[in-house]
Amino acid sequence: MSTLFERILDPANRADPYGLYAELRRQPICPQDDGTYVVGTHAEIDRLLHDPRISSDDLPDPQHFRWTGHPITDLIVRPVRAEIRKRHRPFIFRDPPDHEALRGRVMRAFSVARVRGMRAKTERLTRELIDKLAGKTRIDLVEEFSYPLPVTVICHLLGVPPEDEARFHGWATQLATALEPNQRGDEATQIKNEETFAEIADYIQDLVKAKRREPEDDILTDLAAGDDAERMNDYDLIATAVLLLVAGHETTVNLITNGMLTLLRFPEHLERLRREPEIAPRLIEELLRYEPPVHYRTRLALADIPIAGTTIPEGAPVVLLLASGNRDPSRFTDPDRFDPDRRDNCHLGFGGGLHYCVGAPLARIEAEIALVALSRRLREPRLLADPPPYRQGASLRGPSALPLAIAGVGEG
Amino acid sequence: MSADSSAPDRIVIVGASLAGLSAAKTLRAEGYSGVLVLVGDEAHRPYDRPPLSKQVLRRDFGAETTLPQPADLDIVFRLGMAAARLDRTERAVILADGERLPYDRCLVATGTRARPWPNPAEAALDGVATLRTRDDSERLAQRLRDRPARVVLVGGGFISFEVASVCRELDIPVSVLVRDAVPLAGAVGAPLGGFMAEVARGAGVDLRLGASIARMEADPRGRLAALVLEDGGRIETDCLVVAIGAARNIAWLDGAALATDRNGLRCDRFCRALGADGLPAGGIFAAGDVAHWPNPHDGDALVAVEHWGNAVAQGRTAARNMLAPGPDAMVAHDHLADFWSQQFGLTIKLVGLTAGADSFAVVRGSMAERRFLAVFGKAGRTVAAASVDSARWLPAYRAAILQGAPFPPLIGGLDAPRRIETQVLEDAAR
Ligand SMILES: Cc1cc2nc3c(=O)[nH]c(=O)nc-3n(C[C@H](O)[C@H](O)[C@H](O)COP(=O)(O)OP(=O)(O)OC[C@H]3O[C@@H](n4cnc5c(N)ncnc54)[C@H](O)[C@@H]3O)c2cc1C
Ligand code: HEM
Repeated sequence: MSTLFERILDPANRADPYGLYAELRRQPICPQDDGTYVVGTHAEIDRLLHDPRISSDDLPDPQHFRWTGHPITDLIVRPVRAEIRKRHRPFIFRDPPDHEALRGRVMRAFSVARVRGMRAKTERLTRELIDKLAGKTRIDLVEEFSYPLPVTVICHLLGVPPEDEARFHGWATQLATALEPNQRGDEATQIKNEETFAEIADYIQDLVKAKRREPEDDILTDLAAGDDAERMNDYDLIATAVLLLVAGHETTVNLITNGMLTLLRFPEHLERLRREPEIAPRLIEELLRYEPPVHYRTRLALADIPIAGTTIPEGAPVVLLLASGNRDPSRFTDPDRFDPDRRDNCHLGFGGGLHYCVGAPLARIEAEIALVALSRRLREPRLLADPPPYRQGASLRGPSALPLAIAGVGEG
Repeated sequence: MSADSSAPDRIVIVGASLAGLSAAKTLRAEGYSGVLVLVGDEAHRPYDRPPLSKQVLRRDFGAETTLPQPADLDIVFRLGMAAARLDRTERAVILADGERLPYDRCLVATGTRARPWPNPAEAALDGVATLRTRDDSERLAQRLRDRPARVVLVGGGFISFEVASVCRELDIPVSVLVRDAVPLAGAVGAPLGGFMAEVARGAGVDLRLGASIARMEADPRGRLAALVLEDGGRIETDCLVVAIGAARNIAWLDGAALATDRNGLRCDRFCRALGADGLPAGGIFAAGDVAHWPNPHDGDALVAVEHWGNAVAQGRTAARNMLAPGPDAMVAHDHLADFWSQQFGLTIKLVGLTAGADSFAVVRGSMAERRFLAVFGKAGRTVAAASVDSARWLPAYRAAILQGAPFPPLIGGLDAPRRIETQVLEDAAR
């Protein structure tokens, strides 16, 4: 008999986990057989996101390497590298005070002006991607639209030269698994991630050197700048750049794909978006509640935490089921209804507290431009599979493909 | 049917500031479409006071203090005109020029004024000022621009420390005279007050504790020249800011038989003003600094909270209740006090009330790092939390206060000190 959380992780339940979430919410804090505590109610998730006894530093130590039999490699090079990797984790897996310093640098580089400045570029990319669909009657929205858009946007922001973007697409896809709690334990995945990480690290290191020589108006230049005392060391710089790539990629892909999927399930809203594009911002907030790209995040209890009648013991892994909190009837009226007019929508789609999504403003802009353009330009779009096939991940949950029939592409 | 159960169509708000505007916005948001009059004795549209002791004095670019006001509030303003009297029988507010404003609901939001220096002759000297209004702040900013040889502040509260901090930023010598042994102790308790005293001294403030002014010396033109202290010391200055607390603006309610005293206008948990007989006075409500109300987080002990957040929240609650058809439809004012201050490069935040607290402990960070969060306990329960440059954890402690969590709450984890030391607060934070 599998536990509720095991059933949530089971790919067979990926297409509709919401019934399981409802079952889980009968108890705010659900201890699992393996000692993990799963939290599915809005109030308790929100409290724990702000609790100083909760740590984000819950990655397993990187130790799963195979012995090569070469003593220097096995006893010196790898352990040293592992230790460095451990100390220079991306800041999504770090706690204060380190987290604060690194995140602060990124927030400054992610300036409002810079993010707003991405509008025009995103609009152009969107137009080009949709233009390419002309003449087709069947498309896969994921491969032909949702996937390419965010990588190109983030590469541009970071300052990756256009000719290198193709390599980033591959890396982003592979490394997304590192953010997926139920995949990162898998040995083959870990080995592949190690290799990919080594490649991308070398690439970024060279790029950073170039930016220091010839500064440009981009995020990598800003992060690489500063005199010795406040300069971010290269390990942190690489980890941060990779985080920006990875955290902003599959999430945004999912938001756009889930968005179209939901709008096609409720065509009256697709029609409304086409006529009233100004409803897009609120519609996107509702999507982030109703079909969020990130379903859960994990934490570690650093001390006993008495909450909602139980105590999460020190050392326990904690799963915050954000997507379940988003459907909690004690926080949202009629939570299973997709209602783009919803007010008072304090969803957990971007997390909350210290680690609240850095890329939220950018994600909102990308989703808005993409969904408005798709609603206006795709003629008579229809789902060819409902539910569509899903990717492995239960946390970064989204369709692996979204096959659509279209009657053509309009001018918009 | 009594006048209070029918829907109002003439509402008069006296006091055109934070609480009054918050109420006006709420009334319109809740659908009230009748006449809405806002009376204020200051000539300005409602503005914000916290910047007056901070950005305005520093002359920060764009220190705009006018409070944002939606265009469609449809308010009839009577500005630059004081309310002189309240006629409860006829239900009318009478202005200083004799105009009568009939009401079926009236909100008293007249706030407080700076307590003047007790010696009127000294208070009238050129160079002796208080700080409560925008005009006060602009005058003081102008004085600071002329770079006085020394600014002296008398009083050991937040406004005093904020002004001293700005003086140091502008590199103007500054003395702070505090009668008590520890500054800020009334608001944040002795340990935190002691910490701020160290911070102020470190920033170059001449902080004198246990000090009071015996008399002032003036030059022949009536301009302040020096202060003589009780201990015989003498400080030459032509710029004294008196920051010795606030007095409630309730004189205009004299004769209305309302429950007023030095703590303000008594009201019940629904913000209904009470008459001298202790019963709700028909149609009259109170909100903001002037209100004296039962605090549900402290066993309904009466409090007057002189903070921004309370003025906004209480204005909102009072407005809702003014529109309610009867007590059954009213909502209780259960705001948990919160407050912030910026001084000497630090941001201090406080939630809850420290009055009566008997214990204190630093539970995150450390005073040595100047980055910490401390909690206050009263009879074993957590009643308040204060953060210095660590506001990130405050929401968690706020939840603990609301639950009346055992003291000290939320121990261990990130940023936790190796050992938690609980200090006993003598004199219950006073
Ligand atoms: C310099 C300064 C700095 C501050 N900093 C902070 C801070 O950092 N954080 C914080 O939380 N709080 C701060 N406060 C406190 C905060 O500003 C007050 O709590 C808030 O202004 C209270 O609002 P109110 O509307 O109740 O009263 P007030 O703002 O006092 O407004 C009352 C209004 O009514 C008018 N009035 C009085 N009598 C009459 C009458 N008879 N007829 C007509 N009008 C009348 C007054 O002139 C005034 O305009 C600060 C206050 C000051 C003065
Ligand atoms: C729809 C798109 C997105 C969603 C739903 C999303 C969601 C989230 C969530 C839930 C978290 C919290 C993680 C936690 O608490 O453990 C997070 C963190 C983060 N996100 Fe996003 N994200 C999106 C897009 C982006 C983009 C476009 C970027 C950057 C380019 C980005 C960068 C980050 C970073 C750096 C963090 C870590 C913040 C920290 O640890 O302080 N995200 N995101």
